[in-house]
Amino acid sequence: MAIIERPAGDSLTYADADAAVTATSSYGYLRRPVETEGWRSWAFTVDHKKIGIMYGVSAMFFFVLGGLEAGLIRLQLAGPEGTILSADKYNQMFTMHATTMVFLFVMPMAAAFANYFIPLQVGARDVAFPRLNALSFWVFIFGALFLNSSWILGGGADGGWFMYAPNSDVPFSPSNGVDFWALGLQITGIASLVGAINLIVTVLNMRAPGMSLMKMPIFTWMAFVVQFLLLFAIPVITVALFLLMFQRSYDATFFSVEEGADPLLWQHLFWIFGHPEVYILVLPSFGIISEVLPVFSKKPLFGYPFVVFSGAAIGFVGWGVWAHHMFASGLGPVSVAVFSVATMAIAVPTGVKIINWTLTMWGGKLQFTTAMLFAVGLIVQFTIGGLSGVTHSVAPSDTQQTDTYYIVAHFHYVIFGGAVLGLFSGLYYWWPKMFGKCLNEKWGKWNFWVMIIGMNLTFGPMHIVGLQGQPRRMYQWTENRAGEGPFNIATWNLVATIGTFVLAIGTLLFFINALVIHRKQPIAPLDPWDARSLEWLTTSPPKPHNFDRTPTVHALDEVFHRKYEDIGEGDEHEYVQRSTLEELVEEEERNGDAHIHLPAPSYWPIVLAFALPVMAYGVIYTTWLIVLGAAIAIAAMFGWALEPADAEESDFDPPAAGGETSKELANV
Amino acid sequence: MDVDAPTTPEVEVVHDDVDAPAGALTDAAHDEHHDHPSEGRYIAIALMLAVVTAAEVAASYIDLGWAFLPALLGMMAFKFIVVVREFMHLKLDNRVFSWLFYTGLILALFVYLAALLTFRFFEG
Amino acid sequence: MSDVVKETVQDAVEIVKDHAEDVHDHDVHAGDHGHDDHAGGHHTSLGLSNTKLAMWLFLGSECLLFGGLISTYMLYRNRHSEDVGPDQLWDIPFTSASSFVLLMSSLTMVLAVAAAGRKDDRNTKLWMIVTAVLGGLFLSGQVYEFTTFYREGLGYTESLFASSFYTLTGFHGVHVAVGIIMLIATMGMVAKNKISGDKAETVEMVGLYWHFVDVVWIIIFTLVYLIPA
Repeated sequence: MAIIERPAGDSLTYADADAAVTATSSYGYLRRPVETEGWRSWAFTVDHKKIGIMYGVSAMFFFVLGGLEAGLIRLQLAGPEGTILSADKYNQMFTMHATTMVFLFVMPMAAAFANYFIPLQVGARDVAFPRLNALSFWVFIFGALFLNSSWILGGGADGGWFMYAPNSDVPFSPSNGVDFWALGLQITGIASLVGAINLIVTVLNMRAPGMSLMKMPIFTWMAFVVQFLLLFAIPVITVALFLLMFQRSYDATFFSVEEGADPLLWQHLFWIFGHPEVYILVLPSFGIISEVLPVFSKKPLFGYPFVVFSGAAIGFVGWGVWAHHMFASGLGPVSVAVFSVATMAIAVPTGVKIINWTLTMWGGKLQFTTAMLFAVGLIVQFTIGGLSGVTHSVAPSDTQQTDTYYIVAHFHYVIFGGAVLGLFSGLYYWWPKMFGKCLNEKWGKWNFWVMIIGMNLTFGPMHIVGLQGQPRRMYQWTENRAGEGPFNIATWNLVATIGTFVLAIGTLLFFINALVIHRKQPIAPLDPWDARSLEWLTTSPPKPHNFDRTPTVHALDEVFHRKYEDIGEGDEHEYVQRSTLEELVEEEERNGDAHIHLPAPSYWPIVLAFALPVMAYGVIYTTWLIVLGAAIAIAAMFGWALEPADAEESDFDPPAAGGETSKELANV
Repeated sequence: MDVDAPTTPEVEVVHDDVDAPAGALTDAAHDEHHDHPSEGRYIAIALMLAVVTAAEVAASYIDLGWAFLPALLGMMAFKFIVVVREFMHLKLDNRVFSWLFYTGLILALFVYLAALLTFRFFEG
Repeated sequence: MSDVVKETVQDAVEIVKDHAEDVHDHDVHAGDHGHDDHAGGHHTSLGLSNTKLAMWLFLGSECLLFGGLISTYMLYRNRHSEDVGPDQLWDIPFTSASSFVLLMSSLTMVLAVAAAGRKDDRNTKLWMIVTAVLGGLFLSGQVYEFTTFYREGLGYTESLFASSFYTLTGFHGVHVAVGIIMLIATMGMVAKNKISGDKAETVEMVGLYWHFVDVVWIIIFTLVYLIPA
């Protein structure tokens, strides 16, 4: 039996009273948090799994919020001369819809999976810096709440999600919305940057013995590439946001054209970040479906190294194409030609991935579970979005499409059809791992089909209205401009609006499935899908220490190779099942490591994170709040620095005589 | 926000197989600490950097013609590389650190030079 | 053509495999000889310190941050009024002196790191103090320079040149100030033996940050001050 030690606290009672200890106050005035239940166990946790779940729950909350914003936009455009929203509110709505979906839903949802599954997939007990991990989450959540607090403090940002300056300067956007936006994204940017450093170190340094880079599960690989993109892209937007903040709050002149400023400066800085950002959104989902497709095709991923290298290639080339967002800005023919060709080139590694996925399914014993349906849905829908993307890479064609609904159609096919479907695939696939029960498959299939119909009804017609010339961000259209014939924009705008509500029902089905139906679901077996990768080699949900015994890895698809034996000869493979996952996990438990010290919870991450919005409100309203926020931050940093990362030895359950402890307190 | 890195090395997961006896500092990463150059070498390097800085300043006062810009940029790059390799120990440390840092540096050079090019910054 | 592609891919696969083997060697190594400086030592796949990896990643990221600010300055450096531009403002001897001070602080920092590596607390503290003082001297120089420029008519909102100059050098100055706080805090913790974990490594991390701030100034000094617009 594994013997796990963990910090003891008042809440624990020991069979052996002599062994009871209380947490020492290792930094003088505050005891370490030791709660294992209740809100404190979440607020001060450093467990990557709890943090992952908190990321997921918050992301889903913002998904609903962003969806409501989208619903209002579509209602406004359903008929001619919509009156649901004023022009001003409409601007705020589409700006905050995009900002919420990109920064507060897709990115944190991907962070949720990365946090939860990277340590499990590489065989680690936690991330490299658990306290920094908690800091990332709290900084994200405080930044997100700060950003959305603008709704009740004078209105949201209204410059569109790329917030072109000088249009976002005070004369054109006098409310505080843009200030909240610029500061809020700086804060969430800190969260992403800290998270990226943490996860890169985790992948580089915390792998289980034998887990070489080319034996890592593919989701970990794709998430790893994404962390590098974040690491290098976040500072670029930070510069842009910083300049904008100084422009608006302290009258700097970076974007004042009347002073001779160059309006392209913002565009370059934004898109140098913005294009890698596109891959930041979509690569985690590519990773997820690269896990899901092999499992439900009963075949290994076709061309694993190609998927890895094409992922890395996408990440790399993604840095050289940003100006294709600026073809209409008068860059000059040479720049346009160069960026146009580079953009066409990036379709190649993406195509490689599509081929790999297709060939993974080819000849496989396909099982269309909900997770698989979402994965296949991604391939189809993302390919449609990819193809309209190639039409943008051709600069003359792009010049016609710029700022029309055609662009809106394109990026919703790649972001919803790519990133979001992949995330849902991941939810259905990993749900039993995270919560011990599968989501209901029947509801899941309804969820999938309603969603996929809804998305095509919503975003498909946008191709038509876009090519008919309907500008994006136009808050009303009139009967006179609707046109006639099968491609009149009146019909298709109405269809898109209806589609949005179908999509909303599809999403609602997910929430019913997850929150209501899920309760009645039976406990799932340990291996509901006959899975292949390392995160399944433990209980569901995993114990706080993840693995009873640190696994030693021998192969890509380690769990598959532990379950199955190859009895084929030479190049002929024939696999026979030798053991079940239940047996394997039981064996791990029997041979568990002794003395596993888990990182101790801490108050400081949440305190430090709290200081940031305080400072940000200070920038907008009054300087003394900056001072107060800075004081909190410095106090928190000192508390953090003086607190040992591990609890004191005396905080732990002492080993019994002979070095072996007989207490089975662990496995909370 | 560089809060954690410099002051608290985090030691999170303790495996029982590394309970080495006190003073067993024989791990590869640690050997490098003892290979660090002598203080004399550091002082010599600092003197050299000071001399190059003096040369830079001098160059900005005299007319070097076309050679001015390449000379100054060359001296700047030289100082940068020397500090990074010698004082920050990239020369002796594991290659991984060099890769991580130079990736950021080269990426920064690439994207910002490309952006300045599109502004026709270098055309006069 | 396809052969070339195939070979390239094979090469790439081999490189990663080689690397993987390196990693494995390290594994064994780190597993065999844990060190006890940490609260029990830990095992890492690369045999490298987590904190140091994190620091270098952070510095790699900082390159993009300062790159953006420097590019903004380069773009806007000529956009100022006739009579308050670099030609009127720059005081090269003064800035050269303060650059020299910061450069020398890199020397004292590396001496502190070396002393910490020898477990020589006394010299570690001494050199860190000297480094912090030199950093403070540099910052005072910057404050003096800013006030002088301001008096000569270069307000922050005066011109594009002014905004981008103050933002770039001010941002660097904030980095120096953070470095000084880190130096003093670390020194206090060394003195009181409060550092949890490897003391030498902690000093080394402060050192890496400090040197990075110095190399950024090397670039700023040349590009902003010495090369005329």
